[in-house]
Amino acid sequence: MNIEKRRNVAVTAVLYIVLIVITLGTLFPFAWMLVSSIKPEVEIMAYPIVWLPSKAIWSNYKEIWTIIPLATFIRNTVVLAVTVTFLQVITSSFAAYAFAKLKFPGRDILFLTYFATIAIPWQAYMVPQFIMMAKYFHLNNTLWSMICLQAFSAFGVFLMRQFFMSIPDELCEAARIDGMSEYGIWGKIMLPNAKPALMTLTIFTFVATWNDFLGPYIYLTKDEVKTIQIGLRMFNTQYNTSYGLMMAASAITLVPLLVIFLAGQKQFVEGVAMSGIKG
Amino acid sequence: MDQPTKTKRLAGSRLARHKSLVAYSFILPNYLGFAVFTLIPVVCSVLLSFMKWNGSAAPEWIGLDNYIGLFANIGKLSDSFGPALRNTIVYTALSVPLTMACSLGLALLLNSQIRGRDFFRTIAFFPYIASLIAVSTVFKLLFIPNDNGLINGILKAVSGFTVKWTTEQWGIYFMAILFSIWKNMGYYMVIYLAGLQGVNKELYESAALDGASKWQRFVYVTIPEISLANFFVMIMLIVNSFKVYDVFYQLFAGPDNVLGKKTTILVYEIFAAGLRGNNNFGKASAISMVLFALVLAVTLIQFRGERRFTNR
Repeated sequence: MNIEKRRNVAVTAVLYIVLIVITLGTLFPFAWMLVSSIKPEVEIMAYPIVWLPSKAIWSNYKEIWTIIPLATFIRNTVVLAVTVTFLQVITSSFAAYAFAKLKFPGRDILFLTYFATIAIPWQAYMVPQFIMMAKYFHLNNTLWSMICLQAFSAFGVFLMRQFFMSIPDELCEAARIDGMSEYGIWGKIMLPNAKPALMTLTIFTFVATWNDFLGPYIYLTKDEVKTIQIGLRMFNTQYNTSYGLMMAASAITLVPLLVIFLAGQKQFVEGVAMSGIKG
Repeated sequence: MDQPTKTKRLAGSRLARHKSLVAYSFILPNYLGFAVFTLIPVVCSVLLSFMKWNGSAAPEWIGLDNYIGLFANIGKLSDSFGPALRNTIVYTALSVPLTMACSLGLALLLNSQIRGRDFFRTIAFFPYIASLIAVSTVFKLLFIPNDNGLINGILKAVSGFTVKWTTEQWGIYFMAILFSIWKNMGYYMVIYLAGLQGVNKELYESAALDGASKWQRFVYVTIPEISLANFFVMIMLIVNSFKVYDVFYQLFAGPDNVLGKKTTILVYEIFAAGLRGNNNFGKASAISMVLFALVLAVTLIQFRGERRFTNR
């Protein structure tokens, strides 16, 4: 019995050590980023790592705003992320209501076209999409291009439809008998009942838009419309020598994500389990 | 037909039409955007893959020539499609099982009753939502191929040699795969955790009564019980690995924004053929169709597998 007990303690200890090592490994790049952002340039690459810089260069956090138009990039990204998320949540919950709760001719065929496209990666039609947007709609180098691109995904419709189907039909029927319009049922009954799915969709869309790289990289080549991810890439090329600045700018872009993540942690975890397959 | 019934029926059909119109009005905003910005480009992509078009001259139907061009050129000096296909497949074949193993291992560790479980889970998940561009820069700096990089510094201190991470083929795969695992492990861990929560506890108890060791319980109880989660994770990982772009681009493209033969992947080839003024739209679309075929094959396997799982 005693041996058994001692063995259990040993197993638990090993478990904690493994977990702590993994956690440190996960956090290491973030810690390195933060420390490097205030280090003198020579200490960034020094080996062994200098965890306590000889002097803190806080000016990096001031310079990043002038060396590239970082404020413009952040403003563009916020505008995009908010607009796309708003449109995505409204239009897909709107469409999902009809697919889940209304009967009308052509419903299944329309839904099938959404369904058929989940297997098609965006990367496989990004070129014709760009030709269309740039040549015929003249939307390249405007934020509209990214809004059109990201606001109408099939994913949102799927997620919301799935959730709406779990809300009992009787609720809608009762409201209809009371004389409520379909729009009223959508706004006053379905949406309040679908808060978890709405939160998940909001958070996922916002983060995806904030982090998107390839879309903005293709469409937004002028400084005044670039997003923050493209801006970071500018440090990578033009200001190759200043790793400190690069790290400071990187850290800045992670702040909103960290705030959203800590606030909506539960939704993230539930959302991953709920959404199942997301391309 | 007497008058009242007729009016009733007319009113009825008008009501039905009104109801349909209301339904369409719900669908229209999203569907319009979806049809214009997704459906039309998808159809164009398929059609363009059989055409020769540079955007200014009239498009010309050339049948399978784009595809033949891609595959006939493999091995030639100018060919970058072959290396892209190879790199994409090698990256997928290695990163998928490794990410699965790490995610499952982490999920098993964090499924036990330990203090600070939520804290550990939270930290493991964060890299997944952290911006790839920001965190990949750190990896890039840590793996700087000369003696200045941290990883090379450690290697030199320990064993005396250093690795040219961004020019050695295995070093390139190693960096890309290590980074992917670090970035995505937390996401798939959450899916595994959901699967592990669904495992019937009684199965463990009866297996333990039968004298099964911990390892035997894992192999004969846990693995079969979470096969659905396992399957989903595998499919998602494969599809996402086929579509990889930013990992390679961010880790390996220099100031010229170009990926060479050792670092190119399918999506980059689509990009390079069809965008940034290289208006070889036929070739870009043909590569797109190869990517689509790979993803479609995996999706079909998924549907068959799903049916098997649900029929069980």
